[in-house]
Amino acid sequence: MSKVDALFETCLRLGDTALVMGQRLAEWSSKAPTVELDIALSNHALDMIGQAQLFLGYAGRVEGKGRDEEALAYHRQDFEFRNAMIAELPKGDFAFTVVRQFLFASFAEAFYERMLASTDADLAAIAGKAEKEMAYHMRHCGEWVVRLGDGTEESHQRAQAALDELWPYVHELFTTDDVDQAMIEKGILPDASTLKEEWLAHVKAVMARATLSLPEDDWMPSGGRTGQHTEHLAYLLAEMQVLPRTYPDAKW
Amino acid sequence: MVRPETSKNSARAGEVWAVLDQVMDPEIPVVSVVDLGIVREVREEGGALDVIVTPTYTGCPATKQIEADIRQALDKAGFEEAGMQISLAPAWTTDWITPRGREQLKAFGIAPPEGKAGKRALFAGDANVTCPHCGSRDTEQISEFGSTACKSLWRCHSCREPFDYFKCI
Repeated sequence: MSKVDALFETCLRLGDTALVMGQRLAEWSSKAPTVELDIALSNHALDMIGQAQLFLGYAGRVEGKGRDEEALAYHRQDFEFRNAMIAELPKGDFAFTVVRQFLFASFAEAFYERMLASTDADLAAIAGKAEKEMAYHMRHCGEWVVRLGDGTEESHQRAQAALDELWPYVHELFTTDDVDQAMIEKGILPDASTLKEEWLAHVKAVMARATLSLPEDDWMPSGGRTGQHTEHLAYLLAEMQVLPRTYPDAKW
Repeated sequence: MVRPETSKNSARAGEVWAVLDQVMDPEIPVVSVVDLGIVREVREEGGALDVIVTPTYTGCPATKQIEADIRQALDKAGFEEAGMQISLAPAWTTDWITPRGREQLKAFGIAPPEGKAGKRALFAGDANVTCPHCGSRDTEQISEFGSTACKSLWRCHSCREPFDYFKCI
């Protein structure tokens, strides 16, 4: 794989994960438990989609075949998506959504903080924006994890169920393959595998406050970042892509 | 007014700054894009003018509107040839809101950002926010998100009024 291909692939991984996380959050618009949370989750969705725009826009420029962020978001199929699988799992209940956003944001905040020092000026610039936003998500959703976990019997049970279901999927965030290695060696990408210890310590501390128990490490599915997905992604894309696919030249 | 990185402020660049001073934020129509720190630089190189702008939040829906408003104002003032560039780095921060911008926010009923945004500390957000209506420090946060991505919702215990707070980032 050439350097250009590896960089393109990297941008897709970053952009697709942000995009699919954003689409799941956007599913809460008009359906959240309270109006404040409706606004909060929609704002989180906007941040994620904004980051996706930047990553995918850059991916298009790196590829150099005339595809922009819109083409990449709306005119690729599920097996061409490179998001981590944790992003595509259905939104579930409110507990599932905030636990996922907390687990992901805690990873992403640390990852983008390292990416500020990327030798690739575009990725470093995007990291500067994304890092601030992820810090806010981490705090906001972390507070909700504590409220739900240390709340009523039902909210505790739902938060614990969410954590149990999500746990196998967190590990993929810290995996690295040949594409990542090529980028790490050039100083373009931070090494995600080195962030797990720090991430785990932070997550543990918040879960302790939330009176939630950390699940045992068991099966660790991965493959989303190379295009192997759960059955959920195709349905998400069908909804997200229907308009531009049905009316290809439609303008907002 | 703080104008970071103003390159050799020529008369023409000065005129452009004056035009941009009149372009208001679409969501907060009393504060200009200059006072919000969105306009980073007016660059003049070899007779060509370039306006450098930076988005606030990556997903801020007002970004496109702001760019269009700036373009329109430049065209109207006879600077059709001036270019506009979007720059992500360094990332926009509320520290770039000018003192005048902060006063205008307050007069509009929005509390300007105070201190630094917390990162990992839970429940340790912006602890003391001054009520823009009565000046009391006895206030509390109602919601981490307000009417736009950049604001959170607060209430004042002294005058009992709710208000928007411009979050620190």
